[in-house]
Amino acid sequence: MHEYSVIVIGGGPAGLAAALKSFENLDDKRILIIERDSFLGGILNQCIHPGFGLHYFKEELTGPEYAQRFIELVEKNGIEYLTDTHVMDITPEKEVTIVNKHGLKKLKAKAIVLAMGARERTRGAVQIPGTRPAGIFTAGQAQRFINIEGYKIGKKAVIVGSGDIGLIMARRLTLEGIEVKAVVEIMPYSTGLRRNIVQCLEDFGIPLLLSHKVVKIHGNERVEGVTISVVDSDFKEIPGTQRFIECDTVLFSVGLIPENELSKKAGVVIDERTGGPFVDNTFSTTANGIFACGNVLHIHDLVDNVTLEAETAGKYAALYCQNPELFQKGKLTNIIASDGIRYVVPQHLNRNFLEPTILRFRVNNVYHDKVILLINSGKKLLKIKKQYLSPGEMESIALSEKILSQMDFSEDIILKLEDDK
Amino acid sequence: MDKIYDVIVIGAGVVGMSILRELSSYDLKIAAVEAMEDVAEGASKANSGIVHAGYDPIEGTNKAKFNVEGNRMFEELCRQLDVEYKMIGALVVAFDEKEINILEELLQRGKRNGVKGLEIKGKSWVLENETNLNREIRAALFAPYSGITNPYKLTIALYENAIQNGAKVYFGFKVCKVETQNGYFIIYSQDKRLLKTRILVNCAGVRADEISKMAGARKFTIYPRRGQYFILDKPEKEIVKRVIFQVPTEKGKGVLVTPTVDGNILLGPNSEYIECKDDTSTTQEGLDEVFEKAKRVVLTLTKKDVITIFSGIRATPDTHDFIIEEDERVKNFINVAGIESPGLTSSVAIGKYVAGMIAEKLNAKQKSNFNPYREDIKRFSELTDEERNEMIKKFPSFGNIVCRCELVSEYEIVEAIKRGARTIDGIKRRTRAGMGRCQGGFCTPRIIDILSRELNVDKTQITKFGKNSYILIEKRWGK
Ligand SMILES: Cc1cc2nc3c(=O)[nH]c(=O)nc-3n(C[C@H](O)[C@H](O)[C@H](O)COP(=O)(O)OP(=O)(O)OC[C@H]3O[C@@H](n4cnc5c(N)ncnc54)[C@H](O)[C@@H]3O)c2cc1C
Ligand SMILES: Cc1cc2nc3c(=O)[nH]c(=O)nc-3n(C[C@H](O)[C@H](O)[C@H](O)COP(=O)(O)OP(=O)(O)OC[C@H]3O[C@@H](n4cnc5c(N)ncnc54)[C@H](O)[C@@H]3O)c2cc1C
Repeated sequence: MHEYSVIVIGGGPAGLAAALKSFENLDDKRILIIERDSFLGGILNQCIHPGFGLHYFKEELTGPEYAQRFIELVEKNGIEYLTDTHVMDITPEKEVTIVNKHGLKKLKAKAIVLAMGARERTRGAVQIPGTRPAGIFTAGQAQRFINIEGYKIGKKAVIVGSGDIGLIMARRLTLEGIEVKAVVEIMPYSTGLRRNIVQCLEDFGIPLLLSHKVVKIHGNERVEGVTISVVDSDFKEIPGTQRFIECDTVLFSVGLIPENELSKKAGVVIDERTGGPFVDNTFSTTANGIFACGNVLHIHDLVDNVTLEAETAGKYAALYCQNPELFQKGKLTNIIASDGIRYVVPQHLNRNFLEPTILRFRVNNVYHDKVILLINSGKKLLKIKKQYLSPGEMESIALSEKILSQMDFSEDIILKLEDDK
Repeated sequence: MDKIYDVIVIGAGVVGMSILRELSSYDLKIAAVEAMEDVAEGASKANSGIVHAGYDPIEGTNKAKFNVEGNRMFEELCRQLDVEYKMIGALVVAFDEKEINILEELLQRGKRNGVKGLEIKGKSWVLENETNLNREIRAALFAPYSGITNPYKLTIALYENAIQNGAKVYFGFKVCKVETQNGYFIIYSQDKRLLKTRILVNCAGVRADEISKMAGARKFTIYPRRGQYFILDKPEKEIVKRVIFQVPTEKGKGVLVTPTVDGNILLGPNSEYIECKDDTSTTQEGLDEVFEKAKRVVLTLTKKDVITIFSGIRATPDTHDFIIEEDERVKNFINVAGIESPGLTSSVAIGKYVAGMIAEKLNAKQKSNFNPYREDIKRFSELTDEERNEMIKKFPSFGNIVCRCELVSEYEIVEAIKRGARTIDGIKRRTRAGMGRCQGGFCTPRIIDILSRELNVDKTQITKFGKNSYILIEKRWGK
């Protein structure tokens, strides 16, 4: 059986950054990236809009440009990778089964980095009733057809979901000559960035319908329209507010789900709130020697954050290969999200690696005038004022050396929101 | 003119294809016509997939007779045609005294229909054997010979086997006129094709009443009765082992919870008479009704696991029984109409019966070279690693996974196209590509690539299920 030190599963930005960091930190350089698509770069290949890299490169790049920088480094360093290769199975013993046109093979790794990204939620997942005609797409599918394959997917569209992806697609469709009739959002607020609402909708006069829901899809062969309705605070239709919008295309952009079917096979425990593995500050999952980063861990708005996290995961994966015992004896302190905070990643702090760490988290709702509090053994270690918080924007705080030095690690670390009085 | 047949069957659903396949064992020139672009586009693709034991239908009816016979024949047929069939048994659960009395009635009726193995089981047996059921269940009728199958795959397999044995199927042939001339029927399609046949068999499902009328045969009415469903993701831990029914009402067998042969969980159907015969839409009310009723049986069901919703339409006749007969007035016109549930189960027996009846009329002989076997496409997901490697050696595309949720390889998709799939849905039903938890999010573009390559047409010509169900409308740039 072929043996590697680090096997990275997924060749998106997370996988690439993790592999590069492992490469820097690993003496034997035996690293393999496995990607099932024909190209490295992951979802970035189809994101041809600008808005990538502002933090990491201090430059505004398109998705493919951002990916290309990492791909070039991978190639320059001669890091081994396989494309058109599907990882079918991983075991807790870190045996990886792959399949491609050359056959089925088992590989062995000392450490594994999970970087499989996410899949999109579908119409079925949100259960919009009606018929099942052609012309219903997920945003990612539409992106692939339009940006990579060069096809027009319809003439008049309604977009369901107003997160950044929905907003960006509204602009993209418009630029392709597809009339976007509306962006329909069930929540009373958009989860997308303010910047995107302005640049992708307002600049093009596309209506954003908040507290609205598509309640039915019409059409027998191709989509003929949707019925929308205003919803109340329980997301129930308000009678009498139904309205028909004629369109031939419905685009669903209703969220991403971390792709963890493989992780579960390796015995990795999943956090229900993130949809991704529980990890500590080394990005080690609950399975020994298996690390996770990127969208497979939790859904990111910005690829820059993915890269940073992935670098940490890659670094520790390399370290694991050299000193696995450091990880086995790790004592964990819980990092707990409470009062208005939906989740936090990492969920644990490994006391063998007390290094400055970024906590990334999302809040439950739209909030105004709050403070984010970091509490440990009854002490408020950090207090950050926030005028505006939204579930659509990932927040972060740094556990600096100074804060770490004040902590009692036998007690939980608690992250919560409080009114700013 | 070679378009003269001994027998033409109208409708390529499971009933029509079962008859066609049985007919293909005789020395006859046979064909079927189908309005849609593929087989199994009607009720045969959207039903519960249950091979019913036969305790439901009233004794003496066609339903009772063909159901019980069909059930007995099912296993062998699925073996010949390489189609999934699992005899997992069924439970009809009762929550109170009144319902327990109905179980007793079903038991007696089942015995009179000749159903074997029926038994009423007490609460403890039920909860021990189905650990996730509502603890309030008091008793259940156990039908060990009930099973599950894949209804559209069976239809496809019947079709493929009939073709192998010399039958012909005309797709996109919507019959709009039937004439008689010198002892022949001439059937006309909407797009002005015509075919001639000595015997005409009406298996047009929900439109069988219209066809009967076109032919000047017996008048009856088919009322479309819709049933809506949820499909849940393959559960990590078993939810139910058997088909779980609730006590039937006058509206039918009610909402069930069952595993599918592919390992998902199916919830449904409800029952509602609708205006339009093609209205396979789902509705919020219908879906809510189904989910609530299903939750009565398994309290822990959650909508988070739903991967898709759909509905199917039963062809409910005003005669309250299957109509399977040569018409009294129009000689050589055979109605196989009003085949609502348990029509899937019964199709096997109906096929044999109707084909036999026709063979007798025409004095047809059994072919000596009839091949009753059909082999399914080799499925990556079902082979061992050694077998997979063997296949990849022969066919490298077997190692190219196109549908990641269901592990469907490029080879399987190409094979489905060779066997007649022309659309995204056709590929889906033959291979399961796009039926997993991401519902084609990832593989649809890749399937369009393969369809366009294999059929040598532009991607804009690829449809979801024929006609105007185009996915891409214009090539903007690129080669
Ligand atoms: C429409 C859209 C717009 C966006 N806009 C922005 C933006 O403007 N700015 C920004 O910073 N970020 C943006 N993002 C977010 C950013 O693209 C993601 O956060 C980032 O790409 C996630 O990286 P990843 O490596 O975790 O996942 P992915 O890019 O999804 O990569 C995962 C890879 O793993 C592979 N894989 C999965 N399973 C297997 C397996 N079993 N075997 C082999 N390979 C496998 C996949 O094929 C894929 O290539 C956008 C995202 C989308 C979808
Ligand atoms: C909700 C539901 C649940 C069910 N559950 C079960 C079950 O669990 N077990 C069971 O045994 N049975 C079940 N059934 C019944 C079973 O599905 C049907 O009895 C069976 O599929 C009927 O097959 P068919 O070939 O008669 O009809 P269909 O599959 O509807 O085929 C009829 C075909 O005729 C074609 N057609 C119509 N008009 C024309 C025309 N003018 N020209 C050419 N072609 C035409 C249609 O396009 C169609 O393809 C269920 C049915 C429904 C709807």
